Amino acid sequence: MSAVVGDELKNAILNEETKKVVVEPLVNNNPITLQVLGICSALAVTSQMSTSLIMALALTLVTAFSSAAISAIRKHIPGSIRIIVQMTIIASLVIVVDQILKAVAYDVSKQLSVFVGLIITNCIVMGRAEGYAMQNPPLESFMDGIGNGAGYSLILVIVAFFRETLGSGKLLGYEVFKLTKDGGWYDPNGLMLLPPSAFFIIGLIIWSLRQWKPEQREAVDFKIMSIAHGEGAQH
Amino acid sequence: MEGYISLFVKAVFIENLALSFFLGMCTFIAVSKKISTAMGLGIAVMVVQAITVPANNFVYHALLKEDALAWMGITGVDLSFLALLSCIGIIGALVQILEMVLDKFFPALYFALGIFLPLITVNCAILGGSLFMIERDYNFGESVVYGVGSGFGWALAITVMAGVREKLKYSDIPAGLQGLGITFITAGLMSLGFMAFSGIQL
Repeated sequence: MSAVVGDELKNAILNEETKKVVVEPLVNNNPITLQVLGICSALAVTSQMSTSLIMALALTLVTAFSSAAISAIRKHIPGSIRIIVQMTIIASLVIVVDQILKAVAYDVSKQLSVFVGLIITNCIVMGRAEGYAMQNPPLESFMDGIGNGAGYSLILVIVAFFRETLGSGKLLGYEVFKLTKDGGWYDPNGLMLLPPSAFFIIGLIIWSLRQWKPEQREAVDFKIMSIAHGEGAQH
Repeated sequence: MEGYISLFVKAVFIENLALSFFLGMCTFIAVSKKISTAMGLGIAVMVVQAITVPANNFVYHALLKEDALAWMGITGVDLSFLALLSCIGIIGALVQILEMVLDKFFPALYFALGIFLPLITVNCAILGGSLFMIERDYNFGESVVYGVGSGFGWALAITVMAGVREKLKYSDIPAGLQGLGITFITAGLMSLGFMAFSGIQL
């Protein structure tokens, strides 16, 4: 029995589809920068690297396991009440995560405050459940959850890296730049610890990503006349 | 009375759900292209928030809190870990009921707000409001004020954002920054503006 499960697992991990669902969401179809899902927590918990890592881990696990669970019972869920069924499964998993955090890492759980609970309404979890897990078998859905969680984690870690190093001269609590108040050279940028900086950093990440991958750009509503007529397009 | 007014001001400006806690960002970014739709969604959020926060407050204090079941003669039971599940259930159910009531008795309002109501169940501003209410241990009166105030603050933020974006589409923005990128940076600037309120002591 276990050998069969093991083989299935190996097949699922090795096949093309799985590779695609795990790798695609990292850059090409990133949940935050392209699908515009799950932004709330991406902005709110990123002033420190440690909270972001915990949050990223929590969200990845919840997405993966909820996708797997929903996909396992997808043929038995009546269409008209599927949202509430999905919600219940997700909420139960989030309660488990929340209780574990409170037991193991109480300080971090206090800092994250309501944002662990808000994983329930995080659009990534719901989006993957609705968009992928309802049509695909459990193992693929699990890997899809991991992939999308990883795409989310990637953005979270990048944002947290800039906010914590520039804002307090530390990374994961270890000193990177010596602050002026301790006799060093770095004057911390207080703005980085405040909410607006998260918006700016994500905006800039999106800009650089779209500069790198032009196919992700959005269609423009209005063109400036001179550009539309082909003059002044190259400055 | 004074306490309620300062709680309201705090909920609207100082602790604006959208711009200082980033709640409901997905809809905030997605539905802020036109002022009229943004305002419709804003009003819907305000109404739902004003109903769900007090309702959750009531259920939390009557059933879930430690020793809350004392009125039934049961003591020593702490169900507060179920708060997440009960909050989202109550929000889902109330939004559904609201939708049916509007459809039956206020068809005009239903057509204006109806399309936004399903969106609201998964709007984290609504769940966030209820969770903040639990975390900060508001009593029933405070929860009513907080519900209305935080909903109003969110509505204000999304309407202002839509106003800015309506003008923004005529401006000459670098190609990669078009759309989502510039929207984030605009929201950042607005949030910076709202930070100015944070020095106010109430």
